[in-house]
Amino acid sequence: MKSEATQPQDGSRTYPILVDPYKLMDVIRKKRIRVVDVRKAEEYSNGHIAGAVSIPLADILNVDGLEKAVEVFANAGIDDKIHVVVYDDAFGALAARVAWTLEYIGHQNVSLLAVTYSTWKLMGLKVEKKKTVFKKAKHSLQINNDILATVDYVNSSLEQNGNVLLDSRERLNYLDHHIPNAINIPYKTFAGERSILRSSEDLRRIVQNRGISNSKGVITYCGSVGTLSGLAYYALLLAGYRNVKLYAKSLREWKSLNLPTGGVKDANYWDLSAE
Amino acid sequence: MQTDYSMVRVKIPSGIIAPEQLEKLAFLSDAFSIGSAHVSTRQNIQLHWIQLDDVSEVMRGLVDVGLTTREACGNTVRNVVCSPFAGVCAKEVFDATPYANAVAKFLLRNPLNQNLPRKFKLNFSCCEEHSLVRIADIGLAPAVKEIDGQQIKGFRIYLGGGLGPASFIGELLEEFTPMENVLPTCIATLRLYDRLGDRGKMHRNRMRYLVHDMGFEKFQKHVLNERVIVNATKSTATKLEIVEEEVPSSAASIVSYESASNPPGYQRWLKTNTVPQKQRGYAIAFITLRSGDITARQLKAVSEICQEFSAERGIRTTPAQNIVLRWVLQSDLPELYQRLMQVGLANTGALTMASAVGCTGTTSCNLAITNSHRLAKEIQAKFLELGLDLDDGLGDSTIKISGCPNSCGQHPVGTIGFYGGASRVNNTLAPTYNMLLAGSTGEGGSLGKVFTRVPAKKVIDVVLKIVELYRQEKNEDERLQQWISRIMRGEGPATAKNTAELKRIIDQVAQLPSPDQSPESYMDYGDDGTFTAKTARGECAA
Repeated sequence: MKSEATQPQDGSRTYPILVDPYKLMDVIRKKRIRVVDVRKAEEYSNGHIAGAVSIPLADILNVDGLEKAVEVFANAGIDDKIHVVVYDDAFGALAARVAWTLEYIGHQNVSLLAVTYSTWKLMGLKVEKKKTVFKKAKHSLQINNDILATVDYVNSSLEQNGNVLLDSRERLNYLDHHIPNAINIPYKTFAGERSILRSSEDLRRIVQNRGISNSKGVITYCGSVGTLSGLAYYALLLAGYRNVKLYAKSLREWKSLNLPTGGVKDANYWDLSAE
Repeated sequence: MQTDYSMVRVKIPSGIIAPEQLEKLAFLSDAFSIGSAHVSTRQNIQLHWIQLDDVSEVMRGLVDVGLTTREACGNTVRNVVCSPFAGVCAKEVFDATPYANAVAKFLLRNPLNQNLPRKFKLNFSCCEEHSLVRIADIGLAPAVKEIDGQQIKGFRIYLGGGLGPASFIGELLEEFTPMENVLPTCIATLRLYDRLGDRGKMHRNRMRYLVHDMGFEKFQKHVLNERVIVNATKSTATKLEIVEEEVPSSAASIVSYESASNPPGYQRWLKTNTVPQKQRGYAIAFITLRSGDITARQLKAVSEICQEFSAERGIRTTPAQNIVLRWVLQSDLPELYQRLMQVGLANTGALTMASAVGCTGTTSCNLAITNSHRLAKEIQAKFLELGLDLDDGLGDSTIKISGCPNSCGQHPVGTIGFYGGASRVNNTLAPTYNMLLAGSTGEGGSLGKVFTRVPAKKVIDVVLKIVELYRQEKNEDERLQQWISRIMRGEGPATAKNTAELKRIIDQVAQLPSPDQSPESYMDYGDDGTFTAKTARGECAA
């Protein structure tokens, strides 16, 4: 869980994708760093990482327009330069979606905490109930369209067949239906046993086993708003893939537009599940 | 056929799994499979719907915790099965587990079994009742013989049994095989089969066909001769490394839970899922699975629960596709029940007829014709709903279902057995089951007889009709097994004196309405489309 070791060696990111909890604990009071808790407001008020501010995922997803999202971040004291470390208590998927949004509005220094809040607590690291408030900061809006895949982009990718479309949902959901030609790597494939993501070596091997070379463009998607696929987005970055985009509106939009889906027709596999 | 996906069968010798292995299996199931795992009738753990490209990652994970898929498939000696009661069974003469484990270890990667004519199976038992020794290529039942005033340990070894499209009951090699001859007997049998087995005809190349075609007496002579050669030529290093199981002391580090009042449903669970161990104060507690399926989350919970409640810190899988915790303090049972309940694992009926066995069927197997897996779950649910798990008369009876004639669901040894097929009913293709009666496991076990054919959607009605007739017509204290045997002998009650009369009643119940009236009657469980029977090459997958 050393953050240095997991940083891709391409020089494109100044900040690591994952931050080790002990390391965060060390620097939290010393450096200019903003720890963001994306769980629900009441979960935050029941206890959170000492010094963390609350930005529930819903506050980002439910605002109209990117200007409003920028305002939410600015209200939490996040300016253009500060290093933001995001965490959740749902295996990193919610944190990943918020981190991706920050990158999308042009914020460059974003990391995910390598563990969930529950693990942080289990490790005996410092938590508190007191609400943390920072002075409102200024944040610019410089949309980074390179990391977003729109439905048109997904469609054109399918036609040109150059990019890989990656479905991050669980295997049974994928078997049931998926965007045609998508391949399935469930989000849990990327999860480490003690960390929200495996090591970069593991991730690289797993993705390459699937025959996806890192020269390929990859688009990740999932069922509704891009949380599971947000985590997959960071897993791919950590694996050393450069050209990764999130189809943030995912299957929810795809289906609402009545676009075609594929799947395995004999649905008997559901009967193997013990759920 | 889904060529992109595989089933990964993890070999679990004697069904013994340590907590860290359970946790890893849960992790791998979440990461690469469907978030569930499956207990097979030969005590393996199977992970299904794994992308072929991910299989190497699964193997990597298994190695971390000392598990392997080596020789779990292919023409090799498969997982060595051992009774889940071994070591704690009140009726056993000694614990077979160390011997089963030693044989498994000796054979793993052994050149002796890398390229046999076909797969090869070994089963160890504990006592005459908890025994599958007659339905394996080599079956070993612990035995003790007095020789020169000394009690000598050994086995009764049965050869040439096995279930499949044609099933055979194994025959006793000799009255008693002393321990020093157990490994030489296994080696001799394997060598003989390797040499004489049919490598040409895929469907008739299990050892049981060789034994059958040659005649047992001749085969027996061959084995005994071969054993002389093995003993005369084997290395002195060729021996079983026996690691005796550590028997937990009664002062095992277990918290004793005080239970003021028993939780609701506890008594039923206690009756149908637990038995006292031969060691005083300890119990054996079964976790009822549905057709052997368990979620990753439940596997993790079992990993924690077994460390807390079982003094041997682990579990065993059972050939009835359940999980067993042994060495549980009897005083801990109410607390154990509650803990299992919290994770949905306190279903009753594990040791009763309700715990129907079903292979994976069409849920993932290329050979399957019907969804035996789901049917077993449906029967189990119906039995529990009707409280039939509480009927002592049904207690030692079983229902075993395979999705094709290949017998992974062990239908030939079920009190009531079913194997899947397809037939035209009212001019429409329907999933059907051939129904067998009066099979049994145990050292005196016998194969069931084909009785009639039943459409898949009528199987539950038919089973319930048998139960109803039995309850009406049984003699006092007569058990279902005995009642069925009586009918098979032609000495049945007035309503069903013999199988022909019983068949007449059952065939009435099994009538399907016309396809226009009830199209769903012609569909299989878990499928809402027209039934088609399509199979491909594959590997049997209980």
